[in-house]
Amino acid sequence: MGKTTAEKIFASHLVDEPFPGTRVLRLDVVLCHEITTPIAIDDLMARGKDRIFDTAKIKAVIDHVTPSKDTKTATQAKILRDWARRHDIKDFFDVGFNGVCHALFPEKGFIRPGYTVIMGDSHTCTHGAFGAFAAGVGTTDLEVGILKGVCAFREPKTIRINLNGTLPRGVYAKDVILYVIGQLGVNGATDRVMEFRGPVADAMTMESRMTLCNMAIEAGGTSGICMPDAVTVDYLWPFIQHEYGAKDAALADFRKWCSDDDAEYEKVLDLDVSGLEPLVTYGYKPDLVKPISEMAGTPVDQVYLGSCTNGRLEDLRVAAAILKGKKIAPNVRGILSPATPKVYQDAMHEGLLDIFMDAGFCVTNPTCGACLGMSNGVLAEGEVCASTTNRNFMGRMGKGGMVHLMSPATSAATAIEGQMADPRKYL
Amino acid sequence: MKTFGGPVLFLDRADINTDEIIPAKYLTEITKEDLKPYILEDLKLPGFDPKGPKTKSARVIVSRANFGCGSSREHAPWVFEVNGITAVVAESFARIFRQNMFNCGMAAIELPKEKVDALFGYANFSDVTMALDVEGQALTIKGGGKEDTFRFDISPFDKALVLAGGWVDYADQKY
Ligand code: SF4
Repeated sequence: MGKTTAEKIFASHLVDEPFPGTRVLRLDVVLCHEITTPIAIDDLMARGKDRIFDTAKIKAVIDHVTPSKDTKTATQAKILRDWARRHDIKDFFDVGFNGVCHALFPEKGFIRPGYTVIMGDSHTCTHGAFGAFAAGVGTTDLEVGILKGVCAFREPKTIRINLNGTLPRGVYAKDVILYVIGQLGVNGATDRVMEFRGPVADAMTMESRMTLCNMAIEAGGTSGICMPDAVTVDYLWPFIQHEYGAKDAALADFRKWCSDDDAEYEKVLDLDVSGLEPLVTYGYKPDLVKPISEMAGTPVDQVYLGSCTNGRLEDLRVAAAILKGKKIAPNVRGILSPATPKVYQDAMHEGLLDIFMDAGFCVTNPTCGACLGMSNGVLAEGEVCASTTNRNFMGRMGKGGMVHLMSPATSAATAIEGQMADPRKYL
Repeated sequence: MKTFGGPVLFLDRADINTDEIIPAKYLTEITKEDLKPYILEDLKLPGFDPKGPKTKSARVIVSRANFGCGSSREHAPWVFEVNGITAVVAESFARIFRQNMFNCGMAAIELPKEKVDALFGYANFSDVTMALDVEGQALTIKGGGKEDTFRFDISPFDKALVLAGGWVDYADQKY
């Protein structure tokens, strides 16, 4: 019987099976940020275990609140920074070089097919876009990952999601994943890997695949996973060319991580996206989605474009194409946070930032900031935000604030009209 | 091993998320103890007061499906722990929250819906307490002159973590 990608990764990284159903895996990369790592660092120090399993396999960034906004966030940043220096962690990204973790680390070529990846962050599932098993964990798992390079998981079961048909105009990866979450529900994939397959996933860029996998956790999924292919090779090529010499060789090597044709799935979901409309969430859970046609006209106070879901160059391009030559409505505040310094610079060189600024957007530095109600665009009580982020929980972007999740295109159209709007009329 | 049991706090809704358990703006606190006043601050439920006496006295939470969904923040189990709550009983949990509980040596116990419904049958009594025996895999709820005992499943690994007091010491000895 064949194996799924997740099963192959589990089998090849197995260190121990202390009890039936529990697999302790060797980790290829442990990612860290300044919110969940400092307490792990403090705890390791308190235990007299301030050690690291492998300096080269640890990557760290200050991204959630940066530059620091107050003494507390400055202290968190300092604990991470001091630790990175103490242990000579080369891949540490501080102010000037930092961006949202799940956009920055892939961009640096740190994630490869077949890898095991953990981070003290629920959206670590994003990195499965590379054909990796990538899971968000808590601080204790992170702490053990840092110290020992291992993490325990339950046996993976995989839900295969076949994305069939073709994406209509104005409909993007964000709409697809909102649709999938709407189908599965917020716990429909708990303890499961969500494997995205089919012609629509195959045709997607790495950026779009990351958007898909990013929100796997919103259906409860442990990791999203896409099949590594020529698109993956092209994206990683600058980082792997010295290893492989030719793209064909890389592709052949990557392919071994693809699920076998006769792999067994717990469940297969066949979805035809050809008739899909742009989608928007309407409640406090990400599975509460409606087509934009039913939500159009809902007034908003703020439009937020950014985050690990939709703050990449591709997203900025789509939004800028809609905003070009237009002004946002006087009743909305537009905020753009390009997810990484590279996205920021590329957008600047392409003239995208001019388009946003001419339209009336405030362009902030790369940071999580408003996405989790920390800084750079927190809502007031009763305010409504149209957001390209991934969570619409009550109070997520500020106590008493309401968040509607949508694609960059829909958020751009919404900014222009000051109320929720269908992006298709601007394309 | 921690002992589990005491007064019960009933939270009658599915999908209670980690932002409701501890809002992100408090994740800048460096010590667990500093989280204490903010427990369940953003949770809106009829009759529930995060600062009320029931929250203060609670040692066990009983809730519905998909408890602890959302962020990976271990601050969620920590804010329970510093408030004296070391066990949650629910129909189901989000994976990361469940693992965080066991990694801290605390208990996240799943029961089928009918049994959780039976536990909620006690919600209106004022004197409800629960005793959890993780080793023996049984819990007993008492209140309003009634009493019920239910057996529960727990994976051997999760049980070992509870008995070992958490994952760090366990892993450091073993790997
Ligand atoms: S952008 Fe938002 S969802 Fe993504 S890592 Fe940052 S806080 Fe989390």
